[in-house]
Amino acid sequence: MIHNNLFDRYYATESPLHRLSPSVKVLLTVFFILSNALLPDGHWIGFGISWAVIFLLNWVGQLGWGYTFKRSFIALPFALAAVTAIFALPGKTLAEFDVLFWHLLATDAGLLRFFSIVVRSWLSVQVAILLVATTQFPDLIHALEHLRLPRMLITVIAFLYRYIFVLSDEVLRLLRARQARSAVLPGQSGGGTVFWRAKIAGNMVGQLFLRSYERSDRIYNAMLARGYQGHLRTLNRHAMHTRDWVILILSSAALLFLQIFTHF
Amino acid sequence: MPITHASKTPERKIDPSQPLILVEHLDFAYPDGHVALRDLSLEIKQGEKIALVGPNGAGKSTLMLHLNGILGDGSGLRVGGLPLNKQNLPVIRALIGLVFQNPDDQLFSPTVFEDVAFGPLHMGLPEDEVLERVKEALAHVDMNGFEERLSHHLSTGQKKRIAIATVLSMRPYALILDEPSAGLDPRARRGLIHLLRDLPITMLVSTHDLRMVAELFPRMVIMDEGRIVADGQTAKLLADEALLDAHGLEKP
Repeated sequence: MIHNNLFDRYYATESPLHRLSPSVKVLLTVFFILSNALLPDGHWIGFGISWAVIFLLNWVGQLGWGYTFKRSFIALPFALAAVTAIFALPGKTLAEFDVLFWHLLATDAGLLRFFSIVVRSWLSVQVAILLVATTQFPDLIHALEHLRLPRMLITVIAFLYRYIFVLSDEVLRLLRARQARSAVLPGQSGGGTVFWRAKIAGNMVGQLFLRSYERSDRIYNAMLARGYQGHLRTLNRHAMHTRDWVILILSSAALLFLQIFTHF
Repeated sequence: MPITHASKTPERKIDPSQPLILVEHLDFAYPDGHVALRDLSLEIKQGEKIALVGPNGAGKSTLMLHLNGILGDGSGLRVGGLPLNKQNLPVIRALIGLVFQNPDDQLFSPTVFEDVAFGPLHMGLPEDEVLERVKEALAHVDMNGFEERLSHHLSTGQKKRIAIATVLSMRPYALILDEPSAGLDPRARRGLIHLLRDLPITMLVSTHDLRMVAELFPRMVIMDEGRIVADGQTAKLLADEALLDAHGLEKP
């Protein structure tokens, strides 16, 4: 079976960032994302500082300088949802478009907002990648428990992660089975109509659901049989050391300072 | 912030004078109405190695899922004299190790170590004991040195061994295996047979591999349509061609 490791982004190595308490890492990640969201539009120095911090953390975490940058492109298309900002803000008109029956005005303020949103989400995605790369998943789940997130939510996240592999495995198998039977006779075009293809794809989605539902049931049984009682456990300890407290306080203060610096 | 690990699995208190597993008049139907077990009774003493055979759909897997409380409401089942109820459930799950047919279902952790450590960890054992048990279990199945390997990169035979280790690490009293030799090549099958032969533990093994049954298990239970249709000495039952034929089995 080809197991899909697409989602497992943990980067195994020894670094100060890996050793830092998972709870602190989760908290600081949230703070950092909040700080990004609060930076004023077009404050490029503020964005630059945040970006430099990410770069530095890549190095501290021994991931290699471009680790999070290289992996962050996957999330960029989602930032395009902000494209409406270009036309939604009043300001100096830069260009006009006619799309169907809309008359769109691109403004300078809108453009500034758009690029700021792109940079913000880019930064936030990178810090999230950093968190996942330096923290093993069970530890992450534990950190959320220590931070008193609702139990139900944590369990949902834990199982989503567990079963996403199951799902992607099933997808691979289904696609392979379809490919194996997608023959084309010489001189004929294969594939049928779009409607027919859509029907096949629909059936595959249904199959996928049924198969993964049953498989996840079996995996859950296997977990129950070995004493699973609703908690994922790990051997790693999660006690807060002085170092963790110091880093938490200093980093929070630095983020606060960044906010003050960019706003006043 | 404290380490919040839930309570330890209570100490096992089983009565050695009682049969290790006692099933009495067990009935079970799946939610869709399909009746899988009908008035089934079975007694397993400590140290017995028993084969459970029968055609597909006979209810073998369903019975096995009952033995550590995954299916059913617990009525009609006693483990070492303990009734299966909510309070005893964690203890019973530690006593009865269940190994599923498909090792890909059984091995759900990223690394071999994490999978073998899953059971002891969830019993609430301290760290050094978890480490010791993982080592011991891997030694039992002759898979030392595989701790950091990724489960999904192993061969089927290796996966089967690891799947057995994931349960042995809980130091169970009985091992319940669902079709352990299915899908193995001859060499891996031979290795598995030797492994099962040498494990000093009570065993209930469902299988279609009657040659293995003849070699390993002194007692054999035949199931068909949710009932036990024969229970006795393997040699005797395997000699009864009419019986085997009636339940879709072939003389090895």
